[in-house]
Amino acid sequence: MANISELDVNGTRRRIDADPGRMLLSVLRDDLNLTGTKYGCGEGQCAACTVLIDGQPVKACITRVESAAGKRIVTIEGLAPAGKLHPVQEAFLEADAMQCGWCTSGMILGAAALLGRNPNPSEAEIVSGMNGHICRCGTYPRIVRAIQAAARKGGRA
Amino acid sequence: MRRRDFLTALGGGITVLLADDVIAQESGRGGMNRQTPQDVSAWLHIGEDGMVTAYTGKVEVGQNARTSLSAAVAEELRVPIASIRFVMGDTDLVPYDMGTVGSQTSPTMWPQIRRAAAAAREMLLDLAAQKWSVERSSVAAANGKVTSGVHSAGFGELTQGQKLVRTIPANAPLTPAAEWKVAGTSAPKVTGREIVTGAHQYPYDLKRPGMLYAKVLYPPQFGARLASLDKSAAEAIPGVKVVREALASPRAGFGADLVGVLAPDPETASKALAALRADWTPAPAETSSKDVYSYFKRNAGGPASSAGLTAYTIAYIAHVPLEPRAAVAEWNNGKLTVWTGTQRPFGVRSELAGQFRLSEENVRVFMPDTGSGYGGKHNGDAAIEAAILAKAVGRPVKRNWTREEEMTWAYYRPGALVEVAGKASADGTITAWEFHNYNGGAAALRTPYAVSGAREQSHQTPTPLRQGSYRCLAATGNNFARECYMDELAHSIGMDPLDFRMKNASNDDRLRAVIEAAAGRFGWKNRKKTAGRGFGMAAGFEKGGRVATCAEVSVADGVVKALRVTEAFECGAVINPEHLRNQIDGAISMGLGGALFERIEFAEGKILSNRLARYRVPRFADMPVIESVLVDRKDLPSAGAGECPIIGIAPAIGNAIFDATGQRIRSMPLAPQGSIGSPSA
Ligand code: FES
Ligand code: FES
Repeated sequence: MANISELDVNGTRRRIDADPGRMLLSVLRDDLNLTGTKYGCGEGQCAACTVLIDGQPVKACITRVESAAGKRIVTIEGLAPAGKLHPVQEAFLEADAMQCGWCTSGMILGAAALLGRNPNPSEAEIVSGMNGHICRCGTYPRIVRAIQAAARKGGRA
Repeated sequence: MRRRDFLTALGGGITVLLADDVIAQESGRGGMNRQTPQDVSAWLHIGEDGMVTAYTGKVEVGQNARTSLSAAVAEELRVPIASIRFVMGDTDLVPYDMGTVGSQTSPTMWPQIRRAAAAAREMLLDLAAQKWSVERSSVAAANGKVTSGVHSAGFGELTQGQKLVRTIPANAPLTPAAEWKVAGTSAPKVTGREIVTGAHQYPYDLKRPGMLYAKVLYPPQFGARLASLDKSAAEAIPGVKVVREALASPRAGFGADLVGVLAPDPETASKALAALRADWTPAPAETSSKDVYSYFKRNAGGPASSAGLTAYTIAYIAHVPLEPRAAVAEWNNGKLTVWTGTQRPFGVRSELAGQFRLSEENVRVFMPDTGSGYGGKHNGDAAIEAAILAKAVGRPVKRNWTREEEMTWAYYRPGALVEVAGKASADGTITAWEFHNYNGGAAALRTPYAVSGAREQSHQTPTPLRQGSYRCLAATGNNFARECYMDELAHSIGMDPLDFRMKNASNDDRLRAVIEAAAGRFGWKNRKKTAGRGFGMAAGFEKGGRVATCAEVSVADGVVKALRVTEAFECGAVINPEHLRNQIDGAISMGLGGALFERIEFAEGKILSNRLARYRVPRFADMPVIESVLVDRKDLPSAGAGECPIIGIAPAIGNAIFDATGQRIRSMPLAPQGSIGSPSA
């Protein structure tokens, strides 16, 4: 199959030249230098690599780039217009919902997508909706609080 | 960079250096075993533009040192926290530092930085009094300005055209905690915005122009040696280079034979690695995760323990920093620069200097704020690999470890066998105490309780796996065994575990205070037992702090869920209450993993738990409701807080499981397969 030559990332068409079987995570980080999307395991277990494709959260480390071609990809760099913050980003800042921050991009995108599906999640719905995300620093309680605060402000994706 | 070169580079303004010799005398070490003369432990500069820059060898791995140290400067200089630039962990720019280890940033670096900032403030006040010819006592600093009556000037104006350097002793007086304004409050993380926007560049993210991506060939088994290597297929891939070099100091289980492949992109590097044809000479494995505890005992040094002790086992566990090890190395005219995530930039600089027989001045290690460490990033493995390969190919080289490499070739918290025996008389007095740790280490070996004639010993043994530092190191296992055994003793005499601890913590008022605080908030005395529920508690001290933990668990069909954890923590004067609570949450989360399900399984020299799918770490759904009680002792110096809060959770849960089921489980993890199994099994 021919290489993939273009991706729609953060509202911009980006030229690439990537084998269709390559993982989206590597194309974003290595080819497009969008390093806000993180690698944590490469096996779909931690969700540090979460990006939105047509508004749905996907794990970029196990997503072939061909399946993202022609679709709208949003990474942490493009969640809010330049210089602005998305309500979920604001809520994470206000709740200090991070320590090392390596999980944070994936958490924020996962949370924005969750609020897109369910603008008013209960605590139990946040826990089950976010359970695929690992924060090894253990800031889970703060992340839950941040998502609740963002929900109050209408923080959908 | 030498100190005088650094001072030249800084240019005009005010520079304060903090003399290290006082610290060296106080601690009885320091200054020794240093290859280059270093006499300053911290410095701070206020430029002619008014810019405040502080320099420290400490690094940021998520414990919020950057924020707490910035708060220290803000406190003393009376400037907004956001206006301070902090240079951390760049060996060319910052004073020598042993490493960000052992929870030492708060007790040592924090007051030092404050002293430097306080001295700078006094210099500014002197300058202003002179310039305006006013009484020194009428001059004050606030909001980034110095004022006296009608006069007002920014820091930059006052320092213009001058170059003032002052060296102050490390024991200069400080603002007492009771008078803090910025410190002691919850300043938000100073780099928060870069993190939530994805802008912060971690070591894993860094790129250099013209760099190649590297992969390294690891043995299929610990100790296996490379017998032959056919690299032709790999080298046939366009753009690929294969390099074989020797490590100056062999790495445990890996040896000294470094084979790396390099390519312009990571995919090609992976393909090239897979194309290497290697034959290995296997190494016989001496033990596995199943029988490692008897292996420790068999091979132990030191006098033997008495017969008939109660045995507890502590599994090897992995740190699993979510950002695996990463490094970028670049050579310029014989000088090496490495960007890497490490808790010991100067230690890594020594490793690199040793590898290449370079003087340390020709090696610069720079550590960008990194995706966590937990005691797991003390060495320079990735840095060494990147530097060797970069030298061989004459280009910058990036070496990012995969999760599997991180879980297999880093190092682990040691596994341990702990043996305990003790007796308590009917009134709760502990009349005999014997405690042995095999392989785990000596941290928290000694009981905090009043016991006369205790026999406590740490036994060194050979270790089948590479092991090293961890959050609180052996204190996790030693507290687990001791606090579970305390529970056993309390039950043996029919005494409430709270009363038993309070009675025996008679020598340590701080410990009693946290036990009371935790039990009070938890409602220990009013706890109501229902079927399938249990309550447990534990206490301990470590790294200058005191901690007490109460837990409530449910056990249904063997599945354990921590429902509620109350932890009281005292670490002297609290520097930042929110970040302290954040650290307590984090320690409880991490401790919960080790308590319930984390363990490294290995057999025949292979790590079986080498991926996240095979190594369970805590997730949202595992978290209990956490209540933290901060016991703020403004009269005591601040102790580090990133480690101690981890030690109470495992024994508190173990004791709660016993309360719920009558089953005494004496191993960490308590429920490795997700459940504790039936008592008869
Ligand atoms: S890196 Fe994709 S799930 Fe962990
Ligand atoms: S903040 Fe470190 S992994 Fe979540």
